[in-house]
Amino acid sequence: MSSETVFQTRAEDSIGGDFYAQHFQEGCEENTLVLNMGPQHPSTHGVLRVILEVDGEYILRAEPVLGYLHRMHEKMGEVKSWYQFIPNMGRVDYGHPLAWNWAYVGAVEKLAGIEVPERAEFIRVITCELNRLASHLLWWGAYLLDLGAFTPILYAFDDREAILDILQRPTGSRLTYSSFRIGGVQTDLDEKTVQMIRDFIPIFRERLPMYKALVTDNIILRKRVEGIGEMSPDVIDRYGCSGPVARGSGIEYDVRRNEPYSIYDRFDFEVPTEDTCCAAGRYLVRMEEMAQTLRILEQAVDGLDKAEGGCIMEKAPKPNWKAPAGEAWFAVESGRGKVGVHVVSDGSKTPYRIKLRSPSYSNLSSFAEVAEGVLIADAVSILGSLDLIIPEVDR
Amino acid sequence: MTTFINIQLLYLIIALVAIMAWVGLNALVLVYCERKFAGHIQRRPGPFEVGPHGALQPLIDGLKLMGKQLLTPDGADKVLFWLAPILSFVPVLLLFVPIPYGPVLTGMEMNLGILLILAFAGFNSLALLLAGWASNNKWGLLGAARAVAQAVAYEIPMLLAVLGVAFITGTLNLTEITTMQGAWPWQWNIVLQPLGFIVFLVSAFGETNRAPFDLPEGESELTAGFHTEYSSMGFGLFFMAEYAYMVVVCSVCTVLYLGGFKGPFIDGWWWFLAKTYALLFLMIWVRWTYPRVRFDQLLNINWKWLLPLATFNLLATAFFIKL
Repeated sequence: MSSETVFQTRAEDSIGGDFYAQHFQEGCEENTLVLNMGPQHPSTHGVLRVILEVDGEYILRAEPVLGYLHRMHEKMGEVKSWYQFIPNMGRVDYGHPLAWNWAYVGAVEKLAGIEVPERAEFIRVITCELNRLASHLLWWGAYLLDLGAFTPILYAFDDREAILDILQRPTGSRLTYSSFRIGGVQTDLDEKTVQMIRDFIPIFRERLPMYKALVTDNIILRKRVEGIGEMSPDVIDRYGCSGPVARGSGIEYDVRRNEPYSIYDRFDFEVPTEDTCCAAGRYLVRMEEMAQTLRILEQAVDGLDKAEGGCIMEKAPKPNWKAPAGEAWFAVESGRGKVGVHVVSDGSKTPYRIKLRSPSYSNLSSFAEVAEGVLIADAVSILGSLDLIIPEVDR
Repeated sequence: MTTFINIQLLYLIIALVAIMAWVGLNALVLVYCERKFAGHIQRRPGPFEVGPHGALQPLIDGLKLMGKQLLTPDGADKVLFWLAPILSFVPVLLLFVPIPYGPVLTGMEMNLGILLILAFAGFNSLALLLAGWASNNKWGLLGAARAVAQAVAYEIPMLLAVLGVAFITGTLNLTEITTMQGAWPWQWNIVLQPLGFIVFLVSAFGETNRAPFDLPEGESELTAGFHTEYSSMGFGLFFMAEYAYMVVVCSVCTVLYLGGFKGPFIDGWWWFLAKTYALLFLMIWVRWTYPRVRFDQLLNINWKWLLPLATFNLLATAFFIKL
């Protein structure tokens, strides 16, 4: 190898010469800097990689590069039996795994026409809503960490710890839950767990005003989120964003309300929306959603005593159960948006095809358009406000 | 004559050695205080394992840093890369020389003490620029650019605020500025220069790169900014320099506005220490409470608010002196 080629290879290395970077650099203007934000960057929440073209600190172009955490969940669905796939669902989104659990078992139940006992539905609602609180708290702490405030995450984890202590009793784990079963849930809620939830609700309700006073109303935070990352309803439509991201842009779309599943039509709760379309809107929507989740929880815990049936149907499917041929789609609302699972069965022990619709993926897609022309610090703020869970983006 | 010079030289050497010990000691105490305060602010006990209540933690931290490998990144300018941390730390020692800690406890009393401090404090931004530039890292470069823009911006209102004090006292000698103030809080310069004090304090946060103005590091945006590529004591020196600058800024603030070593009942270094550490506690408190501002907002605060305020303060001071 001549010295010239060595030099060339090295020059390519120094600009991050993989396929994506080279492809990205073809469109670069003169006198701009190409930056690799990630895969190892403190505020990309894992291994998201965003290639940025910056002029000074202003971003001209941004392109997310995915695939650093691709785990073939959809393919694994095709080789695992109907039961064995449930733990996979607990690992797609570590923030709100029970929503994914629910989407999958919901789809399979729809496919097989299985009726879930009422008590199981209540238990699903309670655990899923508790998990939503934990998910929002995790987002809140991590987002403020992105914005440079170190302390809130420890307060958030203080509350989250209490939720995990409750959730570990019926589910047996603290992070990657896989306690839903086809036809119900694995374990019943015992008296003590119900009492813990009852005790937790007023404590957390008192914490919310404190967070508002100390963090939400802080002038520095306000300046960092207001008017940042404006996503018009048009952008939301085009990229299929959902969840708090859509509601932060004034679109009143919540799967629990618009396409009610399970027993959500029995609860009285509001779907908070904000018309500001910016990071502040998404922030406030999530904060308000925590209060609304507490309302649902209260009603669900009260309704649990009167609910009939056990925690799982009487003749629950056995491990080598074969689902009838056909296909089904089931969507639930997770902390990040609309989680959907599409299952196709050919009547065998394993699914023929499983398609996972993840909200983080759609929400992230809008980033390239939204991040144009903002500062690097704002890009971090926008990424944080999308509440990305990278394993969910890559699946 | 020669003996006189020698005695003074000897005194200066002793003072410098004492200052080095003082800087090291302060860094240890401050690291401990910061981690302990941060812990309690965040509802956790902070360091607790090493020594009683974790008191030896900073020592172990230092040892750990020294035990790490010194890495020079590929393509870095080796000379400048390793010059930068030294350039950041060494001038700090000089800054401690003219500060009056007690009635007779001064490294060297000089007529232009405050000017010396302001001049040598400028070295820090040069060191940060070199660090970011020489490490051949894009994040480092962005951090360096931020550091310089920030230092240029915040030195001006700080100077203007200091000038206000110089106007009312008529001297740049820090010892004289102290002795002109009384023992009780209402006799301190802060009463005459409340606006100047606020401007100085805010600029101090900007000058020392402390949160909410810690943009050159900007951990969540620039990974670690200018010191992204530094390991071991290269990072350690920047770290020590940051704490030393905090002590200097708070000491100068104490001398200029809070009466220095003067205090109720008996004057002495204890008053100086108490006031300085109260200010340092404020800095730590702010860091662990607030989010970080954005860079354009930081410059806006400076050019649109601090600078006009400082100018107004200076003009008003000049006007009242003429009266």
